Amino acid sequence: MTSAATLGHLAADSTTAAAESQGFLSPTGVEVAFLLVGLVTFGAAVVTVTTRQLVHAALWLVVALGGLAVEYLLLTAEFIAWVQVLIYVGAVVVLILFGLMLTRAPIGRSPDADSGNRWAALTVAVAAAAALVWVVVDAFRTTWIDLDGPAAGSTAVTGASLFQNWVLPFEALSVLLLAALVGAIVLSRRAKANHVTEAGRPTGPNGSGKDGVR
Amino acid sequence: MHLAYPAVLSVLLFCTGLYGVLARRNAILVLMSVELMLNAVNLNLVAFDVWLSKAAEETLHSGQALTLFTIAIAAAEIGIGLAIVLAVHRNRGTSDIDKLRDTAEGPDGEDPGTGASATGPAAEKAEATA
Repeated sequence: MTSAATLGHLAADSTTAAAESQGFLSPTGVEVAFLLVGLVTFGAAVVTVTTRQLVHAALWLVVALGGLAVEYLLLTAEFIAWVQVLIYVGAVVVLILFGLMLTRAPIGRSPDADSGNRWAALTVAVAAAAALVWVVVDAFRTTWIDLDGPAAGSTAVTGASLFQNWVLPFEALSVLLLAALVGAIVLSRRAKANHVTEAGRPTGPNGSGKDGVR
Repeated sequence: MHLAYPAVLSVLLFCTGLYGVLARRNAILVLMSVELMLNAVNLNLVAFDVWLSKAAEETLHSGQALTLFTIAIAAAEIGIGLAIVLAVHRNRGTSDIDKLRDTAEGPDGEDPGTGASATGPAAEKAEATA
């Protein structure tokens, strides 16, 4: 049976022969795991965009991003999965939580979290989802990912391709990160410097005292 | 694995982020929805890279390299975005997108149609906050 499957693969990849050998309504274990984790991820994403408690939204975003990291692991992209955990769950969500804490005290429910045009937004989102799901399922109905064999996204493979073929974009990206760092510092400092000068001009000693503190 | 599984999940996550961007009012919640959309694109890139690396003998691994670049750019984007949101919050006292209508045209302005009167209060506010 396995030889027949491999023969089907060799004869015509991602055609009807492969479709008959794979079976449409008999999901494998990886597919079942992908489906379950995908349901958790999608549910967490929906709660993220609909909950009225801002901190809870950020924490559900952690669940959604962690579920995506598990999906990357199931797709044999290990390095991307751990980068996802490190950067998104580790850095981005912490930044978002800091931003929430600094802009408002988000304890409890905030009834003005949703805009007035949420029904129009829901219509647009559902229409886009229906159209895209129809197109994607119709286009890739007979396409299977071959997850057997060596992992397609192990650290060795990713590092080799990144530093053999993608060195110039990689270095350009480091310049971009530096620019973003400088830009964030400038954006934060300009407002603070203006604040200090505005507060410092009329009230001399108090403003200088604030200067010393800052 | 059927390719439709990650593709459909990516579509659903993208449309969830689209709803969040359109329906949320707090700027930081909008940024979180943008992160969801970026992650949907990342999942698509990884799934198609894994498929093509086996099916088409594609050795560049462009999908995974672009995913790494997208993650780094998303980190930069969230840093800059939060700096902007904090600066706006410090100047205006709110991070509510519906209230930041200085450059808006339409029925909320005083005179929709005359450019001079529309730029007048906006310029005054810009000077006041600068």
